[in-house]
Amino acid sequence: MSLLEGVASPVTPPSPEAAPRAGRVGSALRGYLPAVLVALAGLVLWEVLIRSLGLTSFILPAPSAIWTALVDNWSDDRFPLADSARNTIVEAVGGFLIGTTAGVVVAFLSARWSTARALLLPLAIAANAIPIIAFAPLFNTWFGLLNPLSKMMMAAVLSFFPVMANVTRGLSGVEPSALELMRSYAATEGEVLRKVRIPNSLPFFFTALKLASTLSLIGAIVAEYFGGQGSVLGRMIVQSASALRFDITWAAVSLAAVAGIAFYLVIALVERVAIPWHSSSRIDG
Amino acid sequence: MTGPATQPVVTLRGVDKVFGRRDKGQTVALSGIDLDIAPGEFVSLIGPSGCGKSTLLRVIGDLVQPTRGTIEVNGKTAEQARRDRDYGMVFQAPVLFDWRSVEDNVKLPLEILGRDKAWRAARAKEMLELVELGDFTKHMPYQLSGGMQQRVAIARALSFEPRILLMDEPFGALDEMTRERMNDEVLRIWQQTGTTVVFVTHSIPEAVYLSSRVVVMSARPGRITKIVDVDLPRPRNEESRESERYFHLITQVREALRAGGGDLDDAGTASARRTVAEGAVG
Repeated sequence: MSLLEGVASPVTPPSPEAAPRAGRVGSALRGYLPAVLVALAGLVLWEVLIRSLGLTSFILPAPSAIWTALVDNWSDDRFPLADSARNTIVEAVGGFLIGTTAGVVVAFLSARWSTARALLLPLAIAANAIPIIAFAPLFNTWFGLLNPLSKMMMAAVLSFFPVMANVTRGLSGVEPSALELMRSYAATEGEVLRKVRIPNSLPFFFTALKLASTLSLIGAIVAEYFGGQGSVLGRMIVQSASALRFDITWAAVSLAAVAGIAFYLVIALVERVAIPWHSSSRIDG
Repeated sequence: MTGPATQPVVTLRGVDKVFGRRDKGQTVALSGIDLDIAPGEFVSLIGPSGCGKSTLLRVIGDLVQPTRGTIEVNGKTAEQARRDRDYGMVFQAPVLFDWRSVEDNVKLPLEILGRDKAWRAARAKEMLELVELGDFTKHMPYQLSGGMQQRVAIARALSFEPRILLMDEPFGALDEMTRERMNDEVLRIWQQTGTTVVFVTHSIPEAVYLSSRVVVMSARPGRITKIVDVDLPRPRNEESRESERYFHLITQVREALRAGGGDLDDAGTASARRTVAEGAVG
């Protein structure tokens, strides 16, 4: 059967091990290198401009001044930045975990039972349209002004919606022919869920986690603006600004930024390891 | 090969399928379908878009319920046949799962059938060798070309030895060259496994080249207008594609389609004309 020759001897197969895990993460970091260089160049430019224009730190402190403020106040009594960062991160991560868990649970319910979906989705969409952050003072009353739970719940509510919406979409948005295929195998609903719906939802889930990581930090910090325990980044920002110590304000904001980026990167890294088959994790595709 | 003594694998009697509700405008997808398919036959369903050929395939495979009529598959209802895993399905899109390697995709139906691990591994290897992808077992689907992905889908459909292979325009998305090679692959696999094949296509040359019988359908309402027996000798090869008889049969199918009132999609008609023209020159 000479007709088969072209089919039978394809080119040397590209090795499936072309992108092993360690290399994948390594080259991902290399991918960020240009961005890091640009950021560093920006910092240098900022420093140079402040010094050459002789701007006061009142308007915009130089990076070096912010760094000094960060180091001086790291474990200070009045502006304890390290403790504050830790407390805020605990609130954000706690809220992220609560909101994500709730979002996944509701998504499974609404994907499994169409009644639940008909009931929950319109409510969730309506609730999502509400500027939830406006509830921060009320959360303080409900969960206790000094209790970190009031900030955690704000972070949780903000994390909930993207997770619920995305995971629902991932679980229910399976190709019709994939479902026909499973039906032709006489697969049970449980098998369809385990072997098709859940893996299909994972990329949606990770997209949602990245959104939720940012939102939970925003939720925690903004909720802190409305009062609560003393050593948190939100309080540091408000208090240092009213004391006109803008170098400390900037130091606190920088800590929040670093925490947010680190949180995001951790999730992006887990994503690469967990779903290497997805296009967002691929380098060669 | 369809001796009158053999018991048909598939028997359809008076099958109608109406989509939509009576008060909101209905579409009669299938009307009065009678068809017998013998064991080991290769039957193509051909017709213009909207003639219900894919619906007919899905009625056979118990993916769509008929409005009226009866279906018997291996002496059982279509539903029982599906529960007994009598059907292997191949769609126009390969429908491979991105998160599974090539061999794990082939193993999927075996997992659902509860076969043990060693059996699954051996069977996946065997099937991938059958479709000549033995070197690609550990690859991920995105690393394969469209034609290779469709071969994985065929390997998966055959992995649990279904008695009937249902193929819904499996090569419709492939280029002409790949498609002709895939046609030869399917014939080889069909001859090796002896599976009964029901094959939906809108390509006249493809239907004639592959089939023992070509079932010609027309649209609105979808019905069978003619069944063309293809008596080209087997094994079929490049010679068959250049034979007088082949062109004669293509003409016969095309005239049956014309008589049915429907016109094929542009792609199908154009490729049929081109093949005929090239053959005439050579």
